[in-house]
Amino acid sequence: MSNKMHVKLNVNGEDHEFLAEPRELLIYALREKLNITGPHVGCETTHCGACTVTMNGKSVKSCTVFVAQANGAEVTTIEGLGQPDALHVLQENFKEHHGLQCGFCTPGMITRAAKLLEENPNPTEEEVRFGISGNICRCTGYQNIVKSILSAASELNSAKEAAQ
Amino acid sequence: MKDEITREDRVANLKGMGCSRKRVEDARFTQGQGNYVDDVKLPGMLHADFVRSPYAHARIKSINIDAAMALPGVKAVLTAQDLEPLGLHWMPTLAGDKQMVLADGKVLFQGQEVAFVVAADRYIAADAVELVEVEYEELEVVVDPFKALESDVVLREDLDLSVPGAHGPRKHANHIFTWEMGDQEATEQVLDSAEVVATEEMYYHRTHPCPLETCGSVASMDKVNGKLTLWGTFQAPHVVRTVASLLSGIEEHNIRVIAPDIGGGFGNKVGVYPGYICSIVASIVTGAPVKWIEDRMENLMSTAFARDYWMKGKISATKEGKITGLHCHVTADHGAFDACADPSKFPAGFMNICTGSYDIPVAYLGVDGVYTNKAPGGVSYRCSFRVTEAVYFIERMIEVLAIELDMDPAELRSINFIKKEQFPYQAPLGWEYDSGDYQPAWDKALKAVDYKGLRAEQAERVEAFKRGETRKIMGIGLSFFTEIVGAGPVKNCDILGMGMFDSCEIRIHPTGSAVARLGTISQGQGHATTFAQILATEIGLSADSITIEEGDTDTAPYGLGTYGSRSTPVAGAATAMAGRKIRAKAQMIAAYLLEVHDDDVEFDVDRFVVKGAPERFKTMKDIAYAAYNQAIPGLEPGLEAVSYYDPPNMTYPFGAYVCVMDIDVDTGVPEIRRFYALDDCGTRINPMVIEGQVHGGLTEALAVALGQEIAYDDLGNVKTGTLMDFFLPTAWEVPNYETDYTVTPSPHHPIGAKGVGESPHVGGVPCFSNAVQDAFRPFGNRHTNMPHDHWRIWQTANDLGLHD
Repeated sequence: MSNKMHVKLNVNGEDHEFLAEPRELLIYALREKLNITGPHVGCETTHCGACTVTMNGKSVKSCTVFVAQANGAEVTTIEGLGQPDALHVLQENFKEHHGLQCGFCTPGMITRAAKLLEENPNPTEEEVRFGISGNICRCTGYQNIVKSILSAASELNSAKEAAQ
Repeated sequence: MKDEITREDRVANLKGMGCSRKRVEDARFTQGQGNYVDDVKLPGMLHADFVRSPYAHARIKSINIDAAMALPGVKAVLTAQDLEPLGLHWMPTLAGDKQMVLADGKVLFQGQEVAFVVAADRYIAADAVELVEVEYEELEVVVDPFKALESDVVLREDLDLSVPGAHGPRKHANHIFTWEMGDQEATEQVLDSAEVVATEEMYYHRTHPCPLETCGSVASMDKVNGKLTLWGTFQAPHVVRTVASLLSGIEEHNIRVIAPDIGGGFGNKVGVYPGYICSIVASIVTGAPVKWIEDRMENLMSTAFARDYWMKGKISATKEGKITGLHCHVTADHGAFDACADPSKFPAGFMNICTGSYDIPVAYLGVDGVYTNKAPGGVSYRCSFRVTEAVYFIERMIEVLAIELDMDPAELRSINFIKKEQFPYQAPLGWEYDSGDYQPAWDKALKAVDYKGLRAEQAERVEAFKRGETRKIMGIGLSFFTEIVGAGPVKNCDILGMGMFDSCEIRIHPTGSAVARLGTISQGQGHATTFAQILATEIGLSADSITIEEGDTDTAPYGLGTYGSRSTPVAGAATAMAGRKIRAKAQMIAAYLLEVHDDDVEFDVDRFVVKGAPERFKTMKDIAYAAYNQAIPGLEPGLEAVSYYDPPNMTYPFGAYVCVMDIDVDTGVPEIRRFYALDDCGTRINPMVIEGQVHGGLTEALAVALGQEIAYDDLGNVKTGTLMDFFLPTAWEVPNYETDYTVTPSPHHPIGAKGVGESPHVGGVPCFSNAVQDAFRPFGNRHTNMPHDHWRIWQTANDLGLHD
């Protein structure tokens, strides 16, 4: 169609260029154009956080960002956080502490938690709970998610101390 | 052969029952590699979207699809007219009623499916939905079930009142069924002559399971080979295959139903929805795969709701508090079509478990189902069939009776518990409870929270409040619940005529690993982890060497699916039984290899050993290899087994919960200070997974008790159609829970397990609600309806004069 625009995105370190209608949402561009299906659609109204990605250094709900707004952006999704043989410390801790059940919220939750720990490397339980309150989980009751994130923070801090 | 490792190590290496094995599912989920239905992408796939009714009750005068069809990229627009020649404009419901697939002449609830638009992408489909012109003539709307039973407005013009419904005669055009259990006359006699009687009316509001993933399907009709493949959010994939075959006329072997990863179910994904049917028809019509994924608003407005029970109770007792009788009547609002997902013979599910954990000599239950202009459904949201309603009812009646008797509600429960020696216990409304040991569980719970100390603190707080020293009051919520799960015995449980057995098929590979396939489907419960643990213990191969597969009807044996906490009680039993068949053959192979009689070897962890000569053994790995490379006289090669398990009874998990809550009477905000949950689910397979289930079930209980509601206005408009209005708790609102347990195995289950996924929800809702109501009890509160959101709590405080 004639009203398509040329979009450039860097996703998980890789450059992509494609045509899209400006009204297309970032989540659908990621999922359907780029086959990056880690982020999920849970509400399309910014409430549930299943679509959370990092865009230009901030956590965003990609279900309410137009690709036009994202043009030129650097985006990180769950796929960019770790590799099968080198998992992100949060991925390890979610597995270790049973921080997930159905897995639908997990990519958004971990992506948000990773950003949270960058913003605040040593959060209290209260700060973790507030920091992930934009991400809804229907299965776990959050207790083990909070535990996973606090444990990951502590591991990251120990590693940092050891490096100094 | 010398054994290098200890027996203890061998047990640990198995990762069998009882250990907190880490979940095998988590590798893919934590890396964003889950495969949910919206991740299914096929070449040439089209996208579909519904035109839905803005009205709750209206006649359709015309539908004009011309403008929509003219939009480039639109491939088809289906209406009831297109489905009628195929006989697919209506479909049977699981409750013996029928439901419109696409509106046939009229609409009966807001959000009802009117037309199905199929286009090249989801944006074009959404644009085309706007271009379909539907002319409606508004009709009078009935949203109140009591008014519905008196109204001249006939909702279901397709039904003939003189013809009995699926559950007997109907009394009114908007009446669906009357279901009665127990002895009404005897119950009324007891109530009439009782020393103490408490009566109460309570409304268990309408809510919704609202899994984070909405419902959806992808249908692909391969016309060359005559094969239909259907991916979807199905808690019962085999049932979907059978229904699809019966409806479409496609032979069942030509239909393959696949439930991939499911992003939470909680009852929402048990039923068959119009979207599934329409995606199949659209794929047949267009010759291309068709994907339909509902959005959140569609999920909340049109797919199956839960509860909506108006309950009236009467309970009688002696002055000392011994309960003598219970009477319950329910007016059940089923919405526009009776699409409850219950076993066929139970139109109100297992509501007849409403005598709870108490030894009540006589009881009566009557339920009247009613049509209204609301969405159809009535599924069991994180509970066995209507058990949340039943447990809420009895746990509120106990509290009300305690007020009537001026007695402590914990003591009243103790006086009336069914005693250990009474099991198996024949309940007055028909069930035979398999096992229980309630008093020790209750004592453990009360001791853990220092119940007496809490009551003393509460009394002090009341005085402090009256002196004006605090604006916060304190509530102690109690609940003791008995669930009824694991539906169920084929003799009385079926869905669309199919008995509710379940199944497991195991293949042992030559190198000593295995694949097991089941008729169930995980939606986050972790079946791939826990069923492998059952098998590891039963067949002596490490759980890490056992793959569990579910959800593909071409490979998995027939089963009735996962809901009502039936996976462990039924498919878990089938798994153990199939494992035992493997073990029985393995014993013969071992005896042959060891050159002894079959009876001279015995199973030990991961091997068969010669009795009295432990140094002579064959491991299960040795045996598996031998099964494929040796000709053993009298035995077929190979090592496989299948079991279809028809449970002899339901299982009856129970638990004791205590919630301590502080309530600010000026803001209406409740703060959960403490929540203690003791669950007895019989034999425990994986404590880590059990604890996770308890946390999740309690959080959904918190949601339902404290705010989650599907509300309608008088015109039938849904007032809570987005997550802005429909309460899903965040990490900010949810407390940390303390979990505990006792173990009372089921006597009839092969491994004694009872199921746990839904118990915390069943016990949690009355516990949270009782905490709120208990806080107000010293100020004269008797009962207020859920959901106890901030406004309603404030209103209760106001009504009781606490703002004066």
